[in-house]
Amino acid sequence: MSGHYFALPRLSLRFFPIWRRHWLVWKKIAAPSILGHLADPVIYMLGLGYGLGSLLPEMGGMSYMAFLAAGTVCYSTMNSASFEALYSGFARMHEQRTWEAILNTPVSLDDVVLSEILWAATKSLMSGAAVLAVIWILGLSHSLMSLWMIPLALLIGLAFAALGLIMTALAPAYDFFMYYFTLVITPMMLLCGVFFPVAQLPHGFQVVAGALPLTHAVDLARPLMNGVIPPQAVLHIGVLLAYALAAFYISLVLFRRRLSR
Amino acid sequence: MNAVIKATGLQKSYDGNRVVDGLDLAIHRGECFGLLGPNGAGKTTTLRMLLGLIAPDAGTATLLDLPVPQAAREARIRVGVVPQMDNLDPDFSVAENLLVYGRYFGMHDSEIKARIPDLLEFASLTHKRDAKVPTLSGGMKRRLTLARALVNDPDVIFLDEPTTGLDPQARHLIWQRLRELTQQGKTLLLTTHFMDEAERLCHRLAVMDNGKLISEGSPRELIESNIEPQVVEVYGETAAQWAGACAAGFAHRFEVSGESAFCYVNDAQPLVAHLQTQSALRYLHRPANLEDVFLKLTGREMRE
Repeated sequence: MSGHYFALPRLSLRFFPIWRRHWLVWKKIAAPSILGHLADPVIYMLGLGYGLGSLLPEMGGMSYMAFLAAGTVCYSTMNSASFEALYSGFARMHEQRTWEAILNTPVSLDDVVLSEILWAATKSLMSGAAVLAVIWILGLSHSLMSLWMIPLALLIGLAFAALGLIMTALAPAYDFFMYYFTLVITPMMLLCGVFFPVAQLPHGFQVVAGALPLTHAVDLARPLMNGVIPPQAVLHIGVLLAYALAAFYISLVLFRRRLSR
Repeated sequence: MNAVIKATGLQKSYDGNRVVDGLDLAIHRGECFGLLGPNGAGKTTTLRMLLGLIAPDAGTATLLDLPVPQAAREARIRVGVVPQMDNLDPDFSVAENLLVYGRYFGMHDSEIKARIPDLLEFASLTHKRDAKVPTLSGGMKRRLTLARALVNDPDVIFLDEPTTGLDPQARHLIWQRLRELTQQGKTLLLTTHFMDEAERLCHRLAVMDNGKLISEGSPRELIESNIEPQVVEVYGETAAQWAGACAAGFAHRFEVSGESAFCYVNDAQPLVAHLQTQSALRYLHRPANLEDVFLKLTGREMRE
């Protein structure tokens, strides 16, 4: 009886009108939203970059500020996708009943979940591009190869949007998301090479970090910022894609179960 | 004359509780059909199965000749839904709500925009075109929800408790609009627990309780086939004692609820004559209505 929960996603272009809905909402609050995308990561980058950077001659063969720049793009894209998928996604599913309204039309739940992921990834893209613009303006990256950060921001967004939607599918209320941010997002920010190289960690932590998606994002981002083709790029892209696809499927199964009554 | 909505042996259980239990239903084109029942009777679950939003455990359903849930998507292209709780987009204006909703049906913006003035007029919201949803009254939100359900010019409209929570003026306006829709030949399936609403609007009704249909027919048929034609309501502190002692002598059937006694009779004259001599009691003599039928069929106990 519950077999249909596990059916493979049936994707269609019908996600697009829903994506346009989210875009139209966003346009109404674009100014504070862009400020929000920028203020937090840029303050971190500049504060730590100037503050700690003056004490550190270099890190990973570059200035500390340049080291931080790549990590900052990654964690700010992670954060924007996560906030969108958790808080805004939950509001649309539960509080505002937007999904219920959409599901009464010829649109399926698969389309709705896909639109959520693509929209949260769009927010990542915007946030990544905004931070990247600041990095260019500050002259922290000179390589055209750093333009690859833009599709990378989208990929990071897809992975973290899908992971976040698993939590949204399980959440009884907003409070629940605190677990995810405290136990998943914050540790990733500290363990995955955003502020210092993973190699500085004890071996056990390095093994854990190696399995986390943000590590792979940073491993792609830092060489790109410096105009170098990332070593093992296919592996890192593969890991991020695998997180995105597996989490999309799991969240879809959970949403089908949650909304089956 | 084939049925626009048809269900055969529909069944659904949640956690071992049978919410819908072997439901058969056939609703014809142009009909306004009312599904009545106390809270928890299975009305909303039935609607959700007929829309193809959830799969039944057993039984089959068709919507506009398409099997649901298998072909629900295709069927819903020609269906409008007014849900029980408002789910308008609070970030959008009235007109934007209609535009965005029309896109979900695959309609082009030009096509939707051409329909918006008519939809707003139908909903008496022309002057509110650019107002944000949170600034609308409850009645306006319901009318906008109704207009939104019509954006795709549907053949069938599902309405789940369309007037719950509205004041009388707002309810009357909604009723008038629903009557206009049936006059246009649209098929309406609505759930309600307002008996006056059902009696005014519906060509046919079904009373549902514990997941089963327990009676079906036109409002008049339901009254004639289920209940005595006259009701005398007796009020007063001593009404219960009076009923225990005397009611059986006058009435086929009577029920006591608090300080009221309801006497169901074929001929009210002897009872009314008797009551005129009882100075401690007040009474009201009236024809039987749908609410009497509903209470007889589903009982007077609270459902919570």
